[in-house]
Amino acid sequence: MDYKLTEEQQALKKEFEDFFREEMKDAPPAYQKNALEAMYGDDDGWQFHKSMQKKLAEKGWFTMAWPKEYGGREAPIIEQLIFSEVHAYYRAPGIDGFGVGMFAPTLMQFANEEQKERLLPPIARGEVNYCQAWSEPNAGSDLAALTTTAIKEGDHYVVNGQKVWTTGAHRADRMFLLARTDPSQKRSSGLSVFNVNMSIPGIEVRPIHYMDGTHLYNEIFFSDVIIPEHDRIGPEHEGWKSTRATMNFERSSVGSYASAKRSLEELLEYVKTTKRGGRLLYENPMVRQKLAKLYIDIERGRDLAYRVAWNQGKGNFLVSATGASESKVFGTELFQRLANFATEIMGLHGQLGSSKWAPLDGVMSDAYQWSLGMNIAAGSSEIQRNIIAWVGVGLPRFK
Amino acid sequence: MNLDFTSEHEMLKDAATRFLTKECPYARVKELEESQDGYSPELWQKTAELGWLGLLFPEEYGGYAGQFVDMVIIQEAIGRAVYPSPFFSTILQCGLTILEGGTEDQKKDLLPQIAEGSLIMALAQYEEDGSYYPQDINLKAEAQGDDYILSGTKLFVMDANVAHKLIVAAKTDNEEVTLFLVDANDPNVAISKMPTIGKDNNCEVIFNDVKVPKANIIGSPGNGKETLEKMNAKAAVAKAAEIVGGCKACIDITAEYAKQREQYGKPIGGFQVIQHYMANMLLEYDTTYNYLYRVACMIDEGEDFARDASALKACANEVYKFISERAAQIHGGIGTTREGDIGLFYRKAKSCEYMCGDTDFHYEEVFARLLEQGPM
Ligand SMILES: Cc1cc2nc3c(=O)[nH]c(=O)nc-3n(C[C@H](O)[C@H](O)[C@H](O)COP(=O)(O)OP(=O)(O)OC[C@H]3O[C@@H](n4cnc5c(N)ncnc54)[C@H](O)[C@@H]3O)c2cc1C
Repeated sequence: MDYKLTEEQQALKKEFEDFFREEMKDAPPAYQKNALEAMYGDDDGWQFHKSMQKKLAEKGWFTMAWPKEYGGREAPIIEQLIFSEVHAYYRAPGIDGFGVGMFAPTLMQFANEEQKERLLPPIARGEVNYCQAWSEPNAGSDLAALTTTAIKEGDHYVVNGQKVWTTGAHRADRMFLLARTDPSQKRSSGLSVFNVNMSIPGIEVRPIHYMDGTHLYNEIFFSDVIIPEHDRIGPEHEGWKSTRATMNFERSSVGSYASAKRSLEELLEYVKTTKRGGRLLYENPMVRQKLAKLYIDIERGRDLAYRVAWNQGKGNFLVSATGASESKVFGTELFQRLANFATEIMGLHGQLGSSKWAPLDGVMSDAYQWSLGMNIAAGSSEIQRNIIAWVGVGLPRFK
Repeated sequence: MNLDFTSEHEMLKDAATRFLTKECPYARVKELEESQDGYSPELWQKTAELGWLGLLFPEEYGGYAGQFVDMVIIQEAIGRAVYPSPFFSTILQCGLTILEGGTEDQKKDLLPQIAEGSLIMALAQYEEDGSYYPQDINLKAEAQGDDYILSGTKLFVMDANVAHKLIVAAKTDNEEVTLFLVDANDPNVAISKMPTIGKDNNCEVIFNDVKVPKANIIGSPGNGKETLEKMNAKAAVAKAAEIVGGCKACIDITAEYAKQREQYGKPIGGFQVIQHYMANMLLEYDTTYNYLYRVACMIDEGEDFARDASALKACANEVYKFISERAAQIHGGIGTTREGDIGLFYRKAKSCEYMCGDTDFHYEEVFARLLEQGPM
């Protein structure tokens, strides 16, 4: 057992760091805070994301660990981790998490050859962005309760219904859609997955605003949307199986600890240089203890995330299903603790958004609001705990 | 990077678990807790035969030159079994003190005796004020010819009641901390057990003008603080391993219980409240477990591990209390009894918390180093 990086890996890390340090100098100011909000929130942010996406694709960095047959170079898992950490540390955009992180691995496992050849290369080249159309008004945690239908008529499907919370739908070129292809079947039976072009007729995207006003997620209305049969991924009515795999791809979260580390660094600088009541903040024992606790949680969370990735790299998905849920819930709740601690330590100034008076450009007041969503998105903390108890502890699951 | 155990690690793990499950079931632990000596000399000899006592020492001192990861594996097993013995005081506290700060002659003399199981030792560091900081050591060592005269009181000296020799931290005339090797049977040394939550061998040790030859200084005069700090950083990691083992036992025992115990016509493990308690327990355990092995690897890889040793110990302290408390709660009434096993862990969580520095002590160590070094 060892945690050593080889010389090549250290050099690689430095290459990533040099790249992002340089490139992020040109980023619009919103990237100081939060890459996702900055990227989807306004046109400048989106343009910056797209140009970064092209550069990263040219370097082949977000497809490093992909199999060679799909244009990757099968890099060891550790190299992908180093990349994810550096990318997250610099709060950089350029990676379409939905396409690269979720849909591409699903395609590799479940799509037919024609679909792989058609759909994977544009993702690898950084030319398309996806969104994830799963949740509905009455199907949230209980996703299998969804009612949007895709009814087969000849060589195509006709889609009607509504999706909600679709992050980035107002920016995306395509979506992956989960819909009911057999209305006579219940719950997880009778569902299918589709690759859908956002520009086809009958799709209407309406904004929903995050509590701070950012336009991040959306509702999508489908009226008689026609999808060709060749865009159905995997066998008809059996979409739940691949969807569960997609969920697991969503929950490995090494990056979140790297971005928390960045925040801790900034906070340390802040308490070293800010006076209140005649003394520097770091002299306050409460402040010292809070920051020490954050450090501990960042370190141990990261070690867990490494373990999860390590097991996934070995194809040990049973072990990593629990770990992925653990890492997700630990990471997002840590982020929330961090935001709370930070805005407490900052006192009155902790409430400020972008302003010359805002400590750390308002990154922590943003985090205070944003962290709430992270505990809900991609399976709420309660749902993750259910999974940990069932799969990890082996407790009985009652229907 | 390679996060897998070697096959040697796996074998050590299996052997340790098998040995302790057979030789030291929880009923035996409770018997030993009630006994005056608080350990079994017979089991101690068997432990020596397994090679655990010399594991960390270099071969020239009768040891096996093992890695720290090996020690962590053993300490985990000890924590799961709650095995009562002078292992921690003799090997981790005193053995490491001699290894880190002793003279060549002292290492050659003492370490092989420890390794073969014939020498039990105890570290007399803490005093009336209960401070963990070496600079608060006040027990007096006055130079008198070729000797020093020690006088004062030490508290919370683990296993002094069964030790052959003590290492005593004292302040010499020039105010520096110096470590002395003292015969535990010296007529001017008075040792008595203190009643503790852990029902362990915490002792009060009174030194009434105890004469110690200068040759019995561990290493050189004045190096006590540095030696104690070096020892304590490693010992804290080993203690954290014991804690992690105890946490795992709590989770396994409680999961089993929650699957079997029925109320309202179904297993209590089916109630979501219980499921989320247990999910939180596993979450705390898994994060701490992975951190433990990284810090152990840092030691073996020669990295600066002091900050993370402190972070790990603080974390482990809190996690053990949390997990053992929830575990007992999930057991209901039986969790509160001496007859049941789960209460053992709730009590040990408290005694482990104090060993090698409590949570507040280590938070402060972490922060001081963060301030100096930054978090990377
Ligand atoms: C920022 C953000 C981005 C999102 N992006 C997307 C996206 O891109 N695509 C997409 O499809 N969806 C997206 N979502 C939706 C997200 O997946 C759902 O919000 C989530 O699954 C919860 O569903 P819900 O909102 O309907 O809450 P509900 O399921 O109604 O939950 C309400 C409360 O009940 C609890 N609860 C529910 N079931 C259980 C149970 N069995 N046991 C215990 N507690 C339970 C929940 O934990 C929660 O506290 C996003 C959400 C957010 C906040």
